Amino acid sequence: MNRIITIEEEVPNVHKMVIDAPDVAKKCKPGHFAIVIPDEQSERIPLSIADWDEDAGTVTIYFLEVGVSTMKLARKVAGDEIDMMAPLGRESEIDNYGTVVVCGGCYGVGAIYPIVKALKEAGNTVVTIIEARAKYLLYNEEVLARDSDEIYTATSDGSHGTKGKAQTVMKDLVDGGRHFDRAYIMGCTFMMMRNARMAKELGIPSKVYLNPLMVDATGMCGVCRCDVGGETKFACVDGPEFDGADVDWEQLFKRSAQYVPHQTLAYQHKKCDIDHCGGV
Amino acid sequence: MEDIYKYAGKRLTPDEMKAAIASSRHAMTEQDAIVRSRNFEEVNLGYSIETAQEEAKRCLLCPVPGCVQGCPVRIKIPEFLSAIVEGDFLEALRIVKEDNALPAVTGRVCPQEIQCEGKCTHVKAKRESVGIGHLERFVADLERYSSEKLPVETAEPTGRKVAIVGAGPSGLTVAADLARSGHEVHVYEALQKPGGVLIYGIPEFRLPKELVFYEVDNLKQMGVQFHYNHVIGRIFTVDEMLDERGFDAVYLGVGAGLPRFMNIEGESLNGIFSANEYLTRNNLMKGYEFPTYDTPIYRGRNVAVIGGGNVAMDSVRTAKRLGAENAYLVYRRSRVEMPARDEEIHHAEEEGVEFHNLTNPIRYLGDENGWVRAMECIQMELGEPDDSGRRRPVPIEGSEFTLDVDAVVVSVGTSANPLLTKSTPGLELNRWNNIIVDDKGRTSKKGVFSGGDIVRGAATVILAMGDGRVAAAGIEEYLETGEWPDKVE
Repeated sequence: MNRIITIEEEVPNVHKMVIDAPDVAKKCKPGHFAIVIPDEQSERIPLSIADWDEDAGTVTIYFLEVGVSTMKLARKVAGDEIDMMAPLGRESEIDNYGTVVVCGGCYGVGAIYPIVKALKEAGNTVVTIIEARAKYLLYNEEVLARDSDEIYTATSDGSHGTKGKAQTVMKDLVDGGRHFDRAYIMGCTFMMMRNARMAKELGIPSKVYLNPLMVDATGMCGVCRCDVGGETKFACVDGPEFDGADVDWEQLFKRSAQYVPHQTLAYQHKKCDIDHCGGV
Repeated sequence: MEDIYKYAGKRLTPDEMKAAIASSRHAMTEQDAIVRSRNFEEVNLGYSIETAQEEAKRCLLCPVPGCVQGCPVRIKIPEFLSAIVEGDFLEALRIVKEDNALPAVTGRVCPQEIQCEGKCTHVKAKRESVGIGHLERFVADLERYSSEKLPVETAEPTGRKVAIVGAGPSGLTVAADLARSGHEVHVYEALQKPGGVLIYGIPEFRLPKELVFYEVDNLKQMGVQFHYNHVIGRIFTVDEMLDERGFDAVYLGVGAGLPRFMNIEGESLNGIFSANEYLTRNNLMKGYEFPTYDTPIYRGRNVAVIGGGNVAMDSVRTAKRLGAENAYLVYRRSRVEMPARDEEIHHAEEEGVEFHNLTNPIRYLGDENGWVRAMECIQMELGEPDDSGRRRPVPIEGSEFTLDVDAVVVSVGTSANPLLTKSTPGLELNRWNNIIVDDKGRTSKKGVFSGGDIVRGAATVILAMGDGRVAAAGIEEYLETGEWPDKVE
């Protein structure tokens, strides 16, 4: 069991959790993820590792409350213990490519940080773009700015930065004469698909971090199988990092939707219980 | 001190022998097939004390017992049966536990008909064997439900430290043997609960999970320390265990964890699961109790399970219990070639599973949302024997037909998971990525032992436990002598 050191809601529905895990902190690399299990009844939740501190022996994750298990995780307080299995997945491919563009959305705004940092350390010029629906949903801008050469923001309603999405900024920059050697994109599946398609259109090779359904996350169950470049890959052990241009996004969406009716049912079933709202 | 050979070398009187020969095997009470095909409670209900003693009396106490030879861990079967006859049940359990750390488990899941019971003298005389498996289960269950417990016995601490990777049947066996000898034993398990395949693979109706936890608690009382959520190779490597973490030896019992698919059209459609996924959702994550438990499992109406092994039987019987109106077992050979235990096939038939033998899927058809709706199959006939000695199934041209399904479980075997072996330099593997060991469980890497499915490919619980016993003895010897062979074959 691992103890929760801090938990806070960064912006509405995006939670940041720092967990005591000294052995894990020693082994984390950009691109790794963790399985987190809030309690006996919970699902095994795969979450990107967003930061780690070897000296303090801690690991940081960001997550959204989207189902019963993440709801329970969000209700935890500092000092509570949870099960965590990490680090998992293949390490991100990082090298000095020249100028790279990094896009983050949703939980990815928080979780893309190790990639930004590693790209910078490898000697790249790092241009970071983060997106959200509105200004009040953007976070981590200062943290990412520290390790980026330039940082841009995009909001759907135009309340902060460019009106639009990360790919709007990416396109504007390229149209303005900028050249990018690589793109790194992390966020919800839809966000990654949009940005990867734009990168492809602009001729930029991209890396994405797939987030399909998982159970064991060690290659044992195969629920995370994705079609990448015409081959079946297991995101948990062959990924989660893949070339964005090769991913069969349609299939990923369909496979990810397998248990949506179950999730909705469970959420309704448990919500009142967990939040003590009295019931009927 | 108690005479540990109290029940050794006993013989039957002529009258007892006559009665034993004339007796017939006592069946174990079972849940009714219709009732049990809709619940997850255990199918077999166990022997009463009286039935157990009557059954034990059937043992002929052969001077050269074939049953012991047939047992991969060499349980002293006539001795423990004699103890049951005398009503000395704890002693019976003690005798079993000398050779087998998990009697409640093996009593339920061992293929006794081809092991101990297959070698029973009764069988040679065309009579029914003694219910050895049932009696093994009986002594373990009786202690579990009783307030009188078998005392925990361990030797003085030796100061030696051994790490075991994987809390499955082989790892738990090694842990028991080494803890008994006084070594400090640490078990590292990737999942959040102990048991390996006993927890994620074998369903509750065949092996109640509480008894796996009971056996693990026994090991804890013997001083074994369990570390869950530890994926060795990721959180730390085997080399780090040997060099930095102070372990004198490491045992790798990580199982065969990569599901095989058939690579046919449509296999990534929704509703098509590997048996590993289907069973893990159901057993480890308790999907059958969704939404009390959070992990859902898809409850198909027409479910086809592809394969003919025990895992396929577990999957198809699970599908039935999850409410399937039609649960099909689709197997490319005929019933006699099925690798599953007879008892499992028989139970599946009783529960209303529909068998499509000599049938193979060739592609899956989906709807616009990506869900499987039907599978196209082809009929097979048996040709010449193949490498496995079984007759090779050959498709019959023009025999294609379509089966309507909304869920499919692919249970055509597993291969070795490279997660650990890739991170362990110096470990020799064969061409299937299984670890190569010698007759003492030693790998090509000094101080590293292995056994179970990662060595054998997918096999049985008891063979994995047998490997565990061998490796435990090998580890004892290595801790004593420090010797390691130059080459392992």
